[in-house]
Amino acid sequence: MSLSRRGFLAWMGAAGITALGSQAGATPRHFKGYPQSLCVLHDITLCIGCRSCETGCNKVNELPPPAVPFSDLSVLDKKRRTTAKTYTVVNKYLDSGQEKKPIFFKTQCNHCLEPACASACFVRAFTKTKEGSVTYDASVCVGCRYCMIACPFEIPTYEYDEPLTPRIMKCTFCHPRVTKGLLPGCVEACPTEALSFGKREDMLKLARERINKYPGRYVDHIYGEHEMGGTNWLYLSGVPFRNLGMREDLGTTPAPELTSGALATVPMVAALWPVLLTGIYALSKRKEKLLSGDKQNALAQALAEANAKSQAALTAAMEKAKREKEEAVQKAVKTALEQSAKKTQEQ
Amino acid sequence: MFKLSDVLNRSLLTPFNIIAGIILFIGLIITALRFTGGLAAVTNLSDYNPWGLWIGFDLLCGVALAAGGYVTSAAVYIFGMKKYHSAVRPAILTGFLGYALVVLALNYDVGRPWRLPYPFVVQAGTTSVLFEVGACVLLYLVVLFIEFTPAASEWLGLKRARNLVVRLTMLLTILGVILSTLHQSSLGALFLIAPSKLHPLWYSQYIPVFFFISSIIAGLSMVIFEGSLTHRYFAAKMDETHLREKEDVVFGFGKAASFVLAAYFAVKVFGIAMDDNWRYLSTSYGAWFLVELIGFVALPCLLYAAGVREKNIRLIKWTAAWAVLGIVVNRFNVCLVAFNWHLPSSERYFPSWMEIGLSVFIVTVGVVAFKFIVTYMPILYEHPGYKTPHP
Amino acid sequence: MDFSTLQDFYTYTKGIAYILIVLTLIGMTGFWLYLTDQDNDEEK
Repeated sequence: MSLSRRGFLAWMGAAGITALGSQAGATPRHFKGYPQSLCVLHDITLCIGCRSCETGCNKVNELPPPAVPFSDLSVLDKKRRTTAKTYTVVNKYLDSGQEKKPIFFKTQCNHCLEPACASACFVRAFTKTKEGSVTYDASVCVGCRYCMIACPFEIPTYEYDEPLTPRIMKCTFCHPRVTKGLLPGCVEACPTEALSFGKREDMLKLARERINKYPGRYVDHIYGEHEMGGTNWLYLSGVPFRNLGMREDLGTTPAPELTSGALATVPMVAALWPVLLTGIYALSKRKEKLLSGDKQNALAQALAEANAKSQAALTAAMEKAKREKEEAVQKAVKTALEQSAKKTQEQ
Repeated sequence: MFKLSDVLNRSLLTPFNIIAGIILFIGLIITALRFTGGLAAVTNLSDYNPWGLWIGFDLLCGVALAAGGYVTSAAVYIFGMKKYHSAVRPAILTGFLGYALVVLALNYDVGRPWRLPYPFVVQAGTTSVLFEVGACVLLYLVVLFIEFTPAASEWLGLKRARNLVVRLTMLLTILGVILSTLHQSSLGALFLIAPSKLHPLWYSQYIPVFFFISSIIAGLSMVIFEGSLTHRYFAAKMDETHLREKEDVVFGFGKAASFVLAAYFAVKVFGIAMDDNWRYLSTSYGAWFLVELIGFVALPCLLYAAGVREKNIRLIKWTAAWAVLGIVVNRFNVCLVAFNWHLPSSERYFPSWMEIGLSVFIVTVGVVAFKFIVTYMPILYEHPGYKTPHP
Repeated sequence: MDFSTLQDFYTYTKGIAYILIVLTLIGMTGFWLYLTDQDNDEEK
């Protein structure tokens, strides 16, 4: 029943290896991220939906002019997402509460502390910089789009209509500007205090201060503080974040840890499978040898038995022949003697 | 009057060739559109749906269904089951063609296919599961190619090359099992990075185990299924050994597939139990999950068992086809159905006619190559110059 | 070595791991040949 053994072994090996792997994924080390990395605090209660941030982003990044001008606020009536031509979008949410005041909020790459896109990219096209921006290098990108699968916030977009030079498009946190001490394009353009810019520790402090000062105004949660291990874009809101379409079920596990368990089993398989498989081969060869050895033994035994049997039969036949001959001789002698005795009697 | 053109026209315009020719022609048109208009001109992919039919079918299903190569060579050379020897070369050929076509399909799907070697020669994203998939698929394609060369060498009369490779059989087989274990499981592991996007009944820490075990089922079933097709259309090419061992392969592989399917069923149930996802079974996605689990795992498991016990070859062959379909259903479920289950239906994906057309084109290329190789090279028969002694 | 992010840590450790995997496979092959060579001699 060796095939069933194989199935069992394979499963056992795989399951055991997976168990080994998932234990290895829980690293006891703690990574605090780059100190002094920069961050934006988006206070949703202060956003007026003017789309100036979109305008600023478009200008600073030299993106193509929009199909509908940024001054047109009717686009806010439909839910929008980032596209290959827009790094950031403002959306409108109508609170079903008594005031029915529209709520506006901005969406863009959250520049995670442990970006899923960087973890997923097999050419290291994404880099988490010490300034906090997660940058994209189009010069190595193969266009596999695994980063788009990986991003829990569904941010990266792709130039599907480019036949030979398609790029992933996403907010750059205005990395070139920020390294020079300038503000990101959206922050600079924002007329209200909906976007605050500074070090992440300072933005966290600012957010907590606002919650403490105006507890009735804010939901007691800083979105981005721990989500997916933490992000460099933080959000404050007056309504539950899920009402705005911001997922609250993402958990706090950083993306690299989601696959590190599976990846940890790779070296185990590479090192152990050769021994396991060679062992099975040795076992099957031994079994075959024993089987053929048994076969040979049985064959030899049968031959020996047959030999002995025929030997015995031959001996018996020879004995019988000898006896018969002796009898015949004796009989002939007896007959001769009788005849000569008879002859003597006649004379 | 003898006219060469007459002979050529007569023998080339078979129904198979005509249909294959049309498909290949359509494929070339789609190729031109893809490389002049981009993926947007040919696919229904979007920013919410970056992976579609070409990844779901050509990559995920293609790799799973080509698993017969490592499964069969492991059974014969590692587990010493010599009575399946005649199944090795067809399985290796299917594996080699399957993986070669996966690479072909990738050249259409990725944005800059000439950069596919980049992770290995420019910059390695070692944290990526896709890096590991790429490395193992690349290495395994090389292994499969080498394992295929004896048949070609015998055809071309390259005796030394053939003998050298045959001496490497054990090494190649073991390496093949290692690489297959790694990449079959890692294709599932790709989705571990998106727990928020994959339905809980399909997302599990055990996805790598699910994909690996089901690849064994896929390999065993494909050898039976494809063997039955080969016997139907290429019986004239099969030698006495092949014809004699054929039944052993069907019964032996059917028995194995039944047992592995039972283990797979158990493993999938454990997956639900470990994450306490029972409540999802009573939803509409749960109903579809049960269709997959009962109809395409439990059912073929029982049918294979019945076929083996009752010595019913026909039942086993049909079950093999059903099991193969079940693997396709599972890969589609993970990649296309359960993925993005949280999105509104307006944002969900369905392949375009051209995506389907290109996948048909790629399969056709494989079938045409298979037909050619099986006709001219010693795959279904032993080359008279290299006959091995049989007990 | 000092790593600020888990991503950087994993990039480094897994890079080393892949190199070691290739060395292990080559090494195991050679070692197995060495071991079985003796067996062949003993059989003779």
